[in-house]
Amino acid sequence: MPAVQETIDRVRSIDVDQYKYGFVTEIESDKAPKGLNEDVIRFISEKKGEPEWMLEWRLEAYRRWLTMTEPTWARVSYPKIEFNELYYYSAPKNTPGPKSLDEVDPELLETYEKLGIPLREQEILAGVAPENRVAVDAVFDSVSVVTTFKEELKKAGVIFCSISEALREYPDLVRKYLGSVVPVSDNFYATLNSAVFSDGSFVYVPEGVRCPMELSTYFRINEQNTGQFERTLIIADKGAYVSYLEGCTAPQRDENQLHAAVVELIAHDDAEIKYSTVQNWYPGDKNGKGGIYNFVTKRGDCRGKNSKISWTQVETGSAITWKYPSCILRGDNSRGEFYSIAVSNGHQQIDSGTKMIHLGKNTSSRIISKGISAGKSENTYRGLVSAHRKATNARNFTQCDSLLIGQDCGAHTVPYMESKNSTAVFEHEATTSKISDDQMFYCQQRGLSEEEAVALIVNGFVKDVIQQLPMEFAVEAQKLISISLEGSVG
Amino acid sequence: MLEIKNLHAHVGDDETEILRGVNLTVKPGEVHAIMGPNGSGKSTLSYILAGKDDYEVTEGDILFNGESMLEMEPDERAAAGLFLAFQYPIEIPGVATMTFLKTALNAQRKARGEGELSTPEFMKKVKEKAAELNITMDMLKRPLNVGFSGGEKKRSEILQMSLLEPKLCIMDETDSGLDIDALKIVADGVNRLRSPDRAMVVITHYQRLLDHIVPDVVHVLSRGRIVKTGGKELALELEKNGYADYVGQAA
Ligand SMILES: Nc1ncnc2c1ncn2[C@@H]1O[C@H](COP(=O)(O)OP(=O)(O)O)[C@@H](O)[C@H]1O
Ligand SMILES: [Mg+2]
Repeated sequence: MPAVQETIDRVRSIDVDQYKYGFVTEIESDKAPKGLNEDVIRFISEKKGEPEWMLEWRLEAYRRWLTMTEPTWARVSYPKIEFNELYYYSAPKNTPGPKSLDEVDPELLETYEKLGIPLREQEILAGVAPENRVAVDAVFDSVSVVTTFKEELKKAGVIFCSISEALREYPDLVRKYLGSVVPVSDNFYATLNSAVFSDGSFVYVPEGVRCPMELSTYFRINEQNTGQFERTLIIADKGAYVSYLEGCTAPQRDENQLHAAVVELIAHDDAEIKYSTVQNWYPGDKNGKGGIYNFVTKRGDCRGKNSKISWTQVETGSAITWKYPSCILRGDNSRGEFYSIAVSNGHQQIDSGTKMIHLGKNTSSRIISKGISAGKSENTYRGLVSAHRKATNARNFTQCDSLLIGQDCGAHTVPYMESKNSTAVFEHEATTSKISDDQMFYCQQRGLSEEEAVALIVNGFVKDVIQQLPMEFAVEAQKLISISLEGSVG
Repeated sequence: MLEIKNLHAHVGDDETEILRGVNLTVKPGEVHAIMGPNGSGKSTLSYILAGKDDYEVTEGDILFNGESMLEMEPDERAAAGLFLAFQYPIEIPGVATMTFLKTALNAQRKARGEGELSTPEFMKKVKEKAAELNITMDMLKRPLNVGFSGGEKKRSEILQMSLLEPKLCIMDETDSGLDIDALKIVADGVNRLRSPDRAMVVITHYQRLLDHIVPDVVHVLSRGRIVKTGGKELALELEKNGYADYVGQAA
């Protein structure tokens, strides 16, 4: 299939697979047999036409994984995952969907309606190629938009493709960087991912290039269908800049429940990577049944001097979130940032935070975390800031704010600080607050309903982080936060 | 427009009656002043009119345009046209005043089945009214009431009132914490809103506000009851003699 056609099909499938049908009906697909063993891994690697070294890499990870046990230190609890009951490879065929909308859970449809999903696609698509702000139909049907997008990147020398494609087209680049930030043996879920990852994105921005547009997974959305084990690798070479948006803004059902993604970022000298996520996987129903287990390893390596990596995340979905986007500040004068909004409602459990590892001189980091708990949820911020022996003048500022809505939820802050260098200065501020009755009454006296009042107060609470998001995401994120908190008062 | 009939109320779990049979009728176009010593129940009355949780009516009724309001939520009362300018306006961190104004106005319009105002229409309106109250655009960008001076808080309350164009304006100690210049600005703002189809209840401890907002009727509230009603000269008399005469009477 020619690349352009492929992209168009993918963009089309956004609508069909992702938001209306894909999540309830078992997608007819090309599946590996249930369970995990070396044959399944060989099957995956062969299906993808991978080079021999990649298969070996996967197998080594698998053997390693067999010796590991699931971590239990996070403040989350869930039934034991039967790893041999899962499917590890499934490529959807192009005939998804129930016969009619009647077969779709009306509650989910309602959520989509509120989200105005098709509109959002428009915005994102238009936002990605700013010179082509056209209506959604035109975007979906127009070859030229997609072509412009591909060609503009090509002209700039930016590589943006699926990791499978990268393994075929740019094996040396992938081999050089894959696993260099999150080693194969890093942790239970990352090791599992290394063995079985299905697909994901690959970005390489060459020396001195400022990527001419925001890159977004919206163009690569089918990854979320094919695999629970995404693998993303982003490299900004010397002096390069790239902003990457990862959107999973539609709640989704997933038969397998488990997502274990790995994201690796590498910033060379003077390079900058900005990585934004809006995560809204299916959180489970009101009794806490179902929902996605999201065990993600995201790490950025500020490998070069003066490099910068910035994580911004808005987490509203998933039944369980276990996620600590981190920065290794290796290069002198490098900088790491983590801006996070984590919203939990119902029976959701979030254990999330970051690690800032200061290795180089004059490195600095900033952490702004806003946790909002409602319903019967538990929301934990877990962070580590460390300065190693050579990290002279390391600086960190951490601000952790928690907002509680209702009586039955919990907010916890677990900050760890370690310094082996006496010149390091770490500052930590934490607050816990509630939405007061007086605030609610004041807003309602001005005409806001209870839900509007909560949404407004919460949006005020998260403002510092929302401001870090690219415009088109910011609006959506605010809307999502309000929706996630519906039913949390009264 | 507003009829309060034999209103008895207490706050929270404390059974002590704070309002002990309040009767009050306010007609469209009228401005009523409620005066009284500290602790007499003025703020309690205003909260009960606005529908605050925990303020429980045990007897009597409140009619707004002939219909009982007791079962209405605070936001429903607001949409119906009741506005309370708070004695102590509440801080909403991170929410720009401008955003708050727009959200409130559109929420009320929505509740009344009117369309939302477009941003240019809204901006035009706000700019005009803000200028009248000596409120800068800079102040409107700051989070609502956070770090506002006493005067800024009160002017912001009146700005909200003039933007929302309520039918019944209740102002609780809007003069407290204002110097004479600010008092003048606020009073002018209130006077601009006087109209034949709008009623006002001005709650105050001191007479001086009433030099600027001249009431049609003055009531004295003491220990949860209205103990005297008169014309604007009653306020002057209170200024001279204090509340001592009335405090005893109410027992
Ligand atoms: N939340 C409350 N709980 C218990 N008592 C209250 C509460 N609020 C006010 N009161 C009491 O009610 C009485 C009237 O108070 P308030 O209405 O604030 O008076 P005013 O506004 O006239 O100064 C006072 O005795 C006060 O102590
Ligand atoms: Mg008072």
